[in-house]
Amino acid sequence: MSGRVLVGVKRVIDYAVKIRVKPDHTGVVTDGVKHSMNPFCEIAVEEAVKLKEKKLIKEVVAVSCGPQQVQETIRTALAMGADRGIHVEVSGKDYETLGPLQVSKILAALAKKEQADLIILGKQAIDDDCNQTGQMTAALLDWPQGTFASEVTLDADKLKVVREIDGGLETIKIKMPAVVTADLRLNTPRYATLPNIMKAKKKKIANVKPADLGVDVSSRLEVLKVDEPPQRQAGVKVETVDDLVGKLKEAGRI
Amino acid sequence: MAAARALARGVLLGSYSICRSRSLIFNSVQKRGIAACIDPSIGLTDEQKEFQKVAFDFAANEMAPHMAEWDQKEIFPVEAMRKAAQLGFGGIYVNPDVGGSGLSRLDTSIIFEALSTGCVSTTAYISIHNMCAWMIDTFGNNEQREKFCPDLCSMQKFASYCLTEPGSGSDAASLLTSANLKGDHYILNGSKAFISGGGDTDVYVVMCRTGGKGPKGISCLVVEKGTPGLSFGKKEKKVGWNSQPTRAVIFEDCAVPVTNRLGAEGEGFSIAMKGLNGGRINIASCSLGAAHASVLLARDHMCVRKQFGETLSNSQFLQFRLAEMATKLVASRLLLRQAAVALQEGRPDAVSLCSMAKLFVTDECFSICNQALQIHGGYGYLKDYAVQQYVRDIRVHQILEGTNEVMRMIIARSLLSES
Repeated sequence: MSGRVLVGVKRVIDYAVKIRVKPDHTGVVTDGVKHSMNPFCEIAVEEAVKLKEKKLIKEVVAVSCGPQQVQETIRTALAMGADRGIHVEVSGKDYETLGPLQVSKILAALAKKEQADLIILGKQAIDDDCNQTGQMTAALLDWPQGTFASEVTLDADKLKVVREIDGGLETIKIKMPAVVTADLRLNTPRYATLPNIMKAKKKKIANVKPADLGVDVSSRLEVLKVDEPPQRQAGVKVETVDDLVGKLKEAGRI
Repeated sequence: MAAARALARGVLLGSYSICRSRSLIFNSVQKRGIAACIDPSIGLTDEQKEFQKVAFDFAANEMAPHMAEWDQKEIFPVEAMRKAAQLGFGGIYVNPDVGGSGLSRLDTSIIFEALSTGCVSTTAYISIHNMCAWMIDTFGNNEQREKFCPDLCSMQKFASYCLTEPGSGSDAASLLTSANLKGDHYILNGSKAFISGGGDTDVYVVMCRTGGKGPKGISCLVVEKGTPGLSFGKKEKKVGWNSQPTRAVIFEDCAVPVTNRLGAEGEGFSIAMKGLNGGRINIASCSLGAAHASVLLARDHMCVRKQFGETLSNSQFLQFRLAEMATKLVASRLLLRQAAVALQEGRPDAVSLCSMAKLFVTDECFSICNQALQIHGGYGYLKDYAVQQYVRDIRVHQILEGTNEVMRMIIARSLLSES
């Protein structure tokens, strides 16, 4: 056991920003828009740092894929307590089409290279809401997965994960190395302290290209069109239940 | 993403990390509003952006949800401030060897600007506390620094700054509180007025007269709460700054050990003036944060409020008004940050620049907040809406730390002394 944890962090449009669709409908406006770390990734970093503070793991490595700007996101992870960062350089068209399949291939390759025992990711990103990267990464590595984790307990080489599922809470035990994805209630991320932000400056961020990891980042998906959700239409008030049934039948709903 | 639940977590005592209270996303949206041209992170280094981010997050999560309550119930938010201190906000420009964060004046300005969006009054007090900690750090000897600074930086103890008296405000050098040397103690007699935190704080940095008339007879003493002869007046009722108590501080044959004197006898006034340069930057930064928040509130209100069949944002007059507010905001910010850099570098124009910045920024930002209130119409006058608290809280920034009239005196003197 190397005691090394890989944490994936994604740079997304800040949750407070009002999203606008580009005039050519090929995507959303990102230029000049405030970005920050995906909130679920913050929770993932916090969990990893907590494990290190409990001395259950030795090193936290923050990973992000994208252009130069993602280094800001890695720095935030370092300020929260990660030990070092890896910036996988993906830019231009490749970055626009970067999705869970390519990222999970990158993470799988890095996990092997770094001999990681554990990968912690956010359950999904707030921009695409895919909820696929964690699961795909586990599949590519043939590792067990504990997704939607609201509680993680590490004991030697086993992980007890309490998962939030539709029916309630499910507790599973999985063997390391494994992939865990963080849900909202796993923890409350810490504020970086001023001294930690300054220490983070000295921590290293390594640069890697997908080709160096033997990963092809070309996408199998093509985005045809991006539109805003339809404007909410006004409803219709009816007098009686019969009217209601009649109207629903008219609309073909029943 | 599903809406976050409201989870309020208290400070985890004895733990390394300070977890944030998670408030409903909708509460935070207003204060974290994004508008590219007035974005306060423009021109900052990556590290400064990180400092600013922590301060904004802290303000949105730990301060903004409570600012109205702190104002209405006149609560001195000790827990919230101690949480801030654990992040390093207790002694931002104090040396790390006594527990400070060792950052620059510009870093400090950025941090107070961001914190102020959460609560101006509390941030203003934190800035006064920082100034006191810095004075002891800079002008104290090693015993004094080690005795007082660590507790101040962690906000285990709180500080107050005592210069103003009932008879000496702008004419600070005419202060009367006397400190007569008797053996190894100074005996203090007199009273200080309008002391922020007075009565609730633990450490008082006091300017008093040890020598003859005028500035050269003034020395700086550190007086601890509980010293016999130290008492306090009634808590003042104020228009704003209600999350910090303001009281008179009274000395009646109060004996203070000579070892509590910062610097040499007669150096007090110079210490006070040097402290005020930074204090002016800090107070102006608080005004800036309030103005920034107010511009966003005004903009959001304009996009929602409809009259005459359309939203206020379609009114050209209001568009122009908003544009003027934004322009003044950015101009203020640039001047203030330049002054902070000048002070940090010890440039000869630093004192004048700090005075110019304090004058311009506090005046312009009050005007901005006031106009934001106007844009809100009748709602702006209700205490349910934050904009009125920003207006009330920053009004006093045009008065303290040197009135804006005194700022003009300083600037004029600097211009005319060269000819």
